[in-house]
Amino acid sequence: MTSAASPATTVPTPTSRADRRPPALGGFSAAVLGIEIRRVLRNRRTLIFILVMPAVFFLLFGLPSRGDRLDNGLPVTGWIMISLAVYAAMVATTSAGAAVATERALGWSRQLRLTPLRPAAYVGTKVVTAMVLGLLGVVVEFAVGAASGVRLPAYIWVTSGLVAWLGSLVFAALGLFVGYLAPAENVMQFMGPALAILAMLGGLFLPLELLPHVMQQIAKFTPVYGVGQLARAPLTGNGMDWAALGNLAGWTAFFTLGAARLFRRDTTRV
Amino acid sequence: MVDMTDSAPAVELAGLTKTFGPVTAVDGLDLRITPGEVVAFLGPNGAGKTTTVDMLLGLARPDAGTVRLFGGTPADAVRLGRVAAVMQTGGLLKDLTVAETVRMTAQFYGHTRPVGEVLDRAGIADLADRQVGKCSGGQQQRLRFALALLPDPDLMVLDEPTTGMDVEGRRDFWRAIRADARSGRTILFATHYLDEADAYADRIVLVRSGRVVADGTTAEIKNLAAGRVVRATLPGADQAALAALPAVRSVEVRGDAVLVSTDDSDAVARYLLTRTAARDLEITSRNLEDAFLALTTDAPTAALTTGA
Repeated sequence: MTSAASPATTVPTPTSRADRRPPALGGFSAAVLGIEIRRVLRNRRTLIFILVMPAVFFLLFGLPSRGDRLDNGLPVTGWIMISLAVYAAMVATTSAGAAVATERALGWSRQLRLTPLRPAAYVGTKVVTAMVLGLLGVVVEFAVGAASGVRLPAYIWVTSGLVAWLGSLVFAALGLFVGYLAPAENVMQFMGPALAILAMLGGLFLPLELLPHVMQQIAKFTPVYGVGQLARAPLTGNGMDWAALGNLAGWTAFFTLGAARLFRRDTTRV
Repeated sequence: MVDMTDSAPAVELAGLTKTFGPVTAVDGLDLRITPGEVVAFLGPNGAGKTTTVDMLLGLARPDAGTVRLFGGTPADAVRLGRVAAVMQTGGLLKDLTVAETVRMTAQFYGHTRPVGEVLDRAGIADLADRQVGKCSGGQQQRLRFALALLPDPDLMVLDEPTTGMDVEGRRDFWRAIRADARSGRTILFATHYLDEADAYADRIVLVRSGRVVADGTTAEIKNLAAGRVVRATLPGADQAALAALPAVRSVEVRGDAVLVSTDDSDAVARYLLTRTAARDLEITSRNLEDAFLALTTDAPTAALTTGA
């Protein structure tokens, strides 16, 4: 059945004391990162949520506005495309961060505690994976936009793309926060709808001005509003929006500290 | 740096205690294992085996007592890859392949055996590209074994490694363990399968209610419930006469049958066949299962502990 009957060719000598050393960088490595990213890209459901859905949204809700212009003459499709790029990045980073929930539920985290891997290296790998996926989400959305005829000055592509991507760090933190809060295999099943509501309140699906006044005021304090405003700022030309920056910084700090606190509780609980 | 000397015992548990609410899972357990021993940690379900293993590996904190592995803490031993474990369930990512799981885990150590070698030794080289979620329970367990082989640990701990496996799976798993012939590796495995303890361990530590109730070589443990049982059909057997025979340990009457435990089965058989109307006579030797049952059900604990 297997090669168990005729296994190793040589009997290895025991590893010497001198060879026994902890891993470099606490176990953080490009090789692990590569496996992690490949692993996510193999997951069809994840790909649909972070790459296909935002693109389809653009084709459904963006293309009908083709030809419409903002006050400054730039295309409305650009506004929609950047908003959906933020949405793609946020779904990607949240789901990558929330993967710790699955791994805790499966007992993988426990298994890792029997290896020299430092918990910080584990979280670092998750954050980098999240950011790679977030970048992919932004790039795919922008590619779909460009292919559909969105034409913007180069500096807007670059700055809006960078802000949408780097701003999604807040959602990597949110994902980790949720991941350490709830050890569930299917955490994204309830996070998906929650993200859609946050995206709505954050003005990613339609301009906040279309909401009732009270809702608009509340919406400005929800976690997606800040990054959405900042990512679109180069396009709208509204300049630096300090309220949006405060929103982004505040939520990033909140989720990071929350995740760090839960993470410490998780790793010290023995 | 911690002082992890080569002369220190592989495992030293002293006064280990753990309670969960009103339940005392581990109750002042002492255990010392010298390097190179293959020890079965045998006991019924709920004896405290898994809790002890968790504390030994640093996954759970004892309420009292100490754990030393090679003279250091469990965390020291984990950090240097001197200890590795095969846990009962869980601990695998279903969407990775077998080879990816091993390659990834190898990155978490400073120094490992080659990936191909551990796959080979665990007998799963032919499953390298299979997704973990599509592997059988036995195959997943051999993957856990492969992961545990990676750091070439001086101490390998297996917590009920074959629970839930079919006969073939258990056989393949133990074959892989046996094939791992590295000399000097200390192995501690928890099990409630007597035959596994009997077949694979040099030493058996019997636990009940979180305590060590017997500790010795397989032969010594069997001797604790030594002798043979002579069984015969004999209505109205004279229990007193049988009990008076030399070397008889106990006499039990079950309906028309009489069961005599003795160190001299020949004498009892001769007596029964020549001096009584006994028929259907059988002689069976006590096995480890009898010892196990005797020691883990109602035995007085202290008296049964042999040397070791």
